[in-house]
Amino acid sequence: MDQIPAVLVDGIFYAAWLFVAAVGMTLIYGVMKIVNLTHGSFYALGAYAAASLTGAWLAKGYPPMLSYAVLLGSAVLVSVIVAPLIERGILRFMYTKDEVVILLITYALFLILEDTIKLIWGVDPYFIAEPYGLLGSFDVGDLSYPTYNLILVGIAIASGVGLTLMLRGTRIGKLLLTVIHDPEVSRAMGINVDRFYLVTFTFGSMLAAIGGAFTAPTVSVVPGLGVEIIVLSFAVVVIGGLGSLPGAALGAVIVGLVRSATIHYAPEVELFVIYFVMALVLAFRPRGLFSLAEPRKI
Amino acid sequence: MAVVLDARDLNKHFGAITAAMNINVAIEQDSVVGLIGTNGAGKTTFINMITGYIKPDTGSIVYQGRDITALSPREITRAGICRSFQIPQLYASLSVFEHMMVGLGVVLRNAGLDGYFSRKRPNVPGHDAPAEEVAERILERFGLASYRDKNAQVLPGGVRKLLDIALTMVAKPTILLLDEPTSGVSAEEKFGIMDMVMSAVKAEGATVLFVEHDMEVVSRFAQRVIAFYDGRIIADAAPEIALTDPEVKRYVVGGALHRLDEQQGAANA
Amino acid sequence: MSRDRTLPILGAVLLAVVLAGPLLPQWALFLVTIAIAKGLVALGLMLLLRAGLVSFGQALYYCIGAYTAGSVGKFFHVGDMLMQMLAGAAAAALVAFILGFLLARYRGIFFGLLSLALSMILYGLLAKNEALGSTDGFNVLPSTVLGIRPTEAWVRYVVVAVGCGVALLATALVYRYLKTPLGQLAPAIKDNEIRVEYMGTSVRNAIHVLYVIAAALSGIGGALAATTVGHIDPDMAYWTTSGEFIFITILAGTGSVVAPFLGAAIFGIIHTVAFDLSPNTWQMSLGTVLLLVIVFLPDGLWSLFTRRKAA
Repeated sequence: MDQIPAVLVDGIFYAAWLFVAAVGMTLIYGVMKIVNLTHGSFYALGAYAAASLTGAWLAKGYPPMLSYAVLLGSAVLVSVIVAPLIERGILRFMYTKDEVVILLITYALFLILEDTIKLIWGVDPYFIAEPYGLLGSFDVGDLSYPTYNLILVGIAIASGVGLTLMLRGTRIGKLLLTVIHDPEVSRAMGINVDRFYLVTFTFGSMLAAIGGAFTAPTVSVVPGLGVEIIVLSFAVVVIGGLGSLPGAALGAVIVGLVRSATIHYAPEVELFVIYFVMALVLAFRPRGLFSLAEPRKI
Repeated sequence: MAVVLDARDLNKHFGAITAAMNINVAIEQDSVVGLIGTNGAGKTTFINMITGYIKPDTGSIVYQGRDITALSPREITRAGICRSFQIPQLYASLSVFEHMMVGLGVVLRNAGLDGYFSRKRPNVPGHDAPAEEVAERILERFGLASYRDKNAQVLPGGVRKLLDIALTMVAKPTILLLDEPTSGVSAEEKFGIMDMVMSAVKAEGATVLFVEHDMEVVSRFAQRVIAFYDGRIIADAAPEIALTDPEVKRYVVGGALHRLDEQQGAANA
Repeated sequence: MSRDRTLPILGAVLLAVVLAGPLLPQWALFLVTIAIAKGLVALGLMLLLRAGLVSFGQALYYCIGAYTAGSVGKFFHVGDMLMQMLAGAAAAALVAFILGFLLARYRGIFFGLLSLALSMILYGLLAKNEALGSTDGFNVLPSTVLGIRPTEAWVRYVVVAVGCGVALLATALVYRYLKTPLGQLAPAIKDNEIRVEYMGTSVRNAIHVLYVIAAALSGIGGALAATTVGHIDPDMAYWTTSGEFIFITILAGTGSVVAPFLGAAIFGIIHTVAFDLSPNTWQMSLGTVLLLVIVFLPDGLWSLFTRRKAA
């Protein structure tokens, strides 16, 4: 029982990471009604871009405290370049196809991007551990955690709150809600749905890239980084409900806490319990715990 | 004449909307009944309750002595009540012939005559011939033989309607429910299609209920007319009587005019 | 979709393989066996695809088949190929029968995601299971066939020959099935489920049956793969493995029972050639081919051989 604080803290950190990594997927599904597998690619792109740019920054002797901005900047940069290429160049022509077909198309793109990353960055691991250790650590009870982890929590909260405020409070947000509910009618009313799709796809991918970028200092950045993220994001997004922001937050917290608990108490089930929860939700509440998506179920 | 379908005290509400109130209808075997009424009057709700798509709030439906109120559409079809659809429900990628084969296949399967291991083709129950022959026969009767190998997607509207109705015949239904068989069909074709449908159907010996908006079609083909309004039955008689009934004229045949008349009357008073 | 010459053609091709087998190099025999194994999985996926369902987790049954074959060898010392394949098929079919009650109620993306989740559950279970080797998996006994153990030089060939025989049998059974009323129901289910219900048959039951058949086929494929690779590990249940099967099925199309094997063969060729040329770009080649097929040949490569019914 004395492990509970550790379980909670680990769980929250994991949840924050999951939220940032997965929220882009639910955003893109909610607006564009597509399940996007290139999500994993952007996560990896963010990590690699962050690794090289931040690595170069630190190597040149620039202020290490600004490396966090570089992490963020590299994620933004890489997504702003690549996402529009994908959306305008390929996806745009596919929206009339069946949702499963579009998913397969994003799968094909994911495969292509995986190797593109290998071509650009090679297969050797990248390490940029410095930002991770730079901020020192803090104590919870007799456990010590890197203060760095709080950055991810901060980003999670900022993006969650920011997106919610934007959707509810701003004019753009309201227009986005109409696009979500009915793209055809929105188009007929003169809303530039294509531009909304482009921006949504870019922004959603950017969030994935940011997730990857801020994970980079905590791991060795290697090919295949994006592969696991895809299924984990599915789990988070499905549990919360496809297309729902509060759902993604709830899903992240649930998966985070469950994983943390299993690691501490029952490590043998760690890998499968998350997918078990996902399957349970799909079986009993396919719409997720909050949801906009209508499951096609007979 | 024996009563083959007996709907008793059917009531159905969707929130504040009364879709059916105290509906009592007894359908006799081999009769041809026309159901009329404006949109939202309750005709489709009535059909949907019979075919099991929706369940009445109260009341029961008895078919050949058996209570079918709670059965699913699938079970009701198997029992012998088949329906066609206002918008033809077809299989876009299959040909006309394949449509019939799929339907006949279902009949074979339900009778346990799947034929996985058997070499010869079994006779379809009720038709006494193998599936391919029965298919050709039905297509012939509905004038669809020339469209045999065309995909459903490319068929003209009237032909789609005929195919939709032809599909209902594969299971040799006891009762046939036709939902607006001539809607979406051009004026010249209407009678022709109804003629073809009725002769094909009567040759199989089925009881027919059909929903129609075209009063000429109704008066020509129905032996009995049931008129719906606001979820209730306002007339139930032979066509000559039902169609000239003042309430029917007011609420079904010339409903919109009536409202205008009233406003005029009020303005002039 | 059935051309009456497809089965004899497949039979002829497989016979040619068996006859030429002794002359082929070991690596070629290995590739052929893997193509047959994956082709069987894709055959199952094709059956589901005809009904409009895409399973993102077929690797579940492939893995069950493989681990059953391996376990039957490891724990019960049964090295007979045919027994292993039978056991693999049975285990897969049993699991599919149970899971089918749940899955037959879903369509579209949700069917896909649920099947994915189920396969990842197996992955998670196996990866942490010490008795089964965790992420390392374990080796599979060298094969025997009907009590005879082939010598080192002949093992691969025997496996190929048996594989060809099993593939032909399975395909013939599926072909026969597709001519039955239930088999012909799939395209109708895909186009208009409600109409099918109104014809008087249960769509859910039909899909349940399809699901079990597809699982059994995948189980056989997994067992065959286990035998020929000689090693099994949890990656066989990972989502990327399911992705490969989907790729093969899309590539092949639903036009014929032979198409999945063609797709698997082409996949094997692309994989080998692309990997040899440049190990870091083979996934890109795969992705590009998949994209091109989806966009330009949505009915798969097989549609190149047949004329679609014109208007």
